[in-house]
Amino acid sequence: MSAASEMATTSLAEGPVVEAPELPDVLAPAKPHGKAISFCLRHPTIVIGGGILLLMILIALFAPYLGTVDPTALAPAKRTREPSALFWFGSDMLGRDIYSRVLFGTRVSLLVGFSVALLASVIGLAIGLVAGFLRVADGVVMRVMDGLMSIPPILLAIALMALTRGSIGNVITAITIAEVPRVSRLVRGVVLSLREQPFIDGAVAAGTRVPMIILRHVVPNTLAPLTVQATYICASAMITEAILSFLGVGTPPIVPSWGNIMAEGRALWQVKFYIVLFPAIFLSLTVLAVNLLGDGLRDALDPRLAKKL
Amino acid sequence: MSLPLLAVNDLKKHFAVRKSRRGGAAGFVRAVDGVSFEIARGETLSLVGESGCGKSTVGRAVLRLSDITAGEIVLDGQRIDDLSASDFRPLRRRMQVVFQDPFSSLNPRLRIKDTLAEPIRNFGLAKTAVEIEKRIAELLDTVRLPRDAMNRFPHEFSGGQRQRIGIARALAAGPDIIICDEAVSALDVSVKAQIVNLLQDLQKELGLALLFISHDLAIVEHLTHRVAVMYLGKIVETARKREIFASPKHPYTFALLSAVPVPEPGNARTRIVLKGDVPSPINPPQGCRFNTRCPYAFERCRIEEPMLRPLGEAQWAACHLHDLPTAENPLAGGVRGP
Repeated sequence: MSAASEMATTSLAEGPVVEAPELPDVLAPAKPHGKAISFCLRHPTIVIGGGILLLMILIALFAPYLGTVDPTALAPAKRTREPSALFWFGSDMLGRDIYSRVLFGTRVSLLVGFSVALLASVIGLAIGLVAGFLRVADGVVMRVMDGLMSIPPILLAIALMALTRGSIGNVITAITIAEVPRVSRLVRGVVLSLREQPFIDGAVAAGTRVPMIILRHVVPNTLAPLTVQATYICASAMITEAILSFLGVGTPPIVPSWGNIMAEGRALWQVKFYIVLFPAIFLSLTVLAVNLLGDGLRDALDPRLAKKL
Repeated sequence: MSLPLLAVNDLKKHFAVRKSRRGGAAGFVRAVDGVSFEIARGETLSLVGESGCGKSTVGRAVLRLSDITAGEIVLDGQRIDDLSASDFRPLRRRMQVVFQDPFSSLNPRLRIKDTLAEPIRNFGLAKTAVEIEKRIAELLDTVRLPRDAMNRFPHEFSGGQRQRIGIARALAAGPDIIICDEAVSALDVSVKAQIVNLLQDLQKELGLALLFISHDLAIVEHLTHRVAVMYLGKIVETARKREIFASPKHPYTFALLSAVPVPEPGNARTRIVLKGDVPSPINPPQGCRFNTRCPYAFERCRIEEPMLRPLGEAQWAACHLHDLPTAENPLAGGVRGP
């Protein structure tokens, strides 16, 4: 049976067992930093999406300094003016400057989008971790989430808004509740597959306690899919906010948001299309940007996620 | 013989199979059904068998990575299977594990030094950051990796290098025994040889005991002291390396050995080719579990389950054939015999 051990050492020659030569350990040289340009070339969607989004953030931050006037100032004598040097995007039926309203509306959309993305990710992560780790909680929690998911998010948000009065805070809360089930389902799935990974068993064998295992080994490995999901939530929250405002159950009319600008221009859209056009362009562009960013992140962080999401 | 380092007595691990929607158990997969063995300090015991025979489940149960259904696990005279999780945690230091898949056994988000620091910190083996770093550097030397590996991430390494890191993590705790769960099966042949040689060197240097779970008899013969052959959740034969490879006493062992490829052309030996698949462990065959595939099975094998019994020096097998007169026993002649 020395034949068998020869197999182990790959020696094909006859005679005594030859020890396998120790092969040199060749490590690739450490990656030099600052490869910004090659990153941009490899991930154009991140650059384009991120660029547009950054522009929107700057607009939201510096809205008062970009040649805007008070977006709520009424001027009945100057109502429904066509776009001109005075009113860049025209004025609405109350004579308010649409350019100013659209720029200030960016604040609402981005605030809602980012807040919902952050809150839904954090809450969804917590629920997903509990469901993924505690078998007892899993059934109950996930059935509740399934129940929430069976209601279309927009209807759920409308129903929740009907229970309270219109305010940005309530809009954020309502959309967050509608988005949490999807996040928690995603996180639970990732946690369940991570739990079976040998490196988790390795950490258990290394004496690591459960809270540390969650913090060091589970949470960091859920962040990639969670980030991608968060960008999609951000985009869908912006649209949901616009829909709620359009239906008059979202942002109060006194605060300009893209949704309620469009809602107010709706009656006149056949004659004064620009009232609807400009907020619609901004909304589409922002949502497109966020989605591009999300796609780019997904490809950059983990190509295999493309199938999971 | 002094007290064994690790003793497993009549270990059973059954998994409930749920079929009805009410959640009632429709049956049990008897993955491990009464396994006993002992490992002495510095000794290598190989657990071999085909896939699905329960050998990895034994490893996981010993490490308490899964609960056991029945039986005893005794580490150095102390029963560990009934300890609470917090009482058991300090004892984990003495039993470490190396997994099969070098790609999923390291957290991809942690630098090597963070992975290696984990057991050192958890078991309080070094206090300050400087001491921990020094210990990590020593560990990397021990597994023959360059020291600058500690600042890298797992994806920067090849399979063989990752397996060395896995071994370093196991060594970091300063264990008495390492359970190698198919630790070299996923590696290609030349890397496999390196890792096997490394394990042997470490065993000599550190006096480690190894529970080497494998299906690769060629590797097993290269490094083991004793072998336990598992079939369908039970150990069917256990013996020292020399006896098991020269004169197997169980037809299953015989079949396994005859399946090992012979590198020399023209040196073919008798082969027992087993027919069919392993029977379902939910519903194991009556009598001897191997009787459905055994070429020598006779009436008694289908009725009465054979017990492990001594057959020669330090060799135990569970087979009725040895009750037959020697002339009728096909296994009497050793592996080259029939």
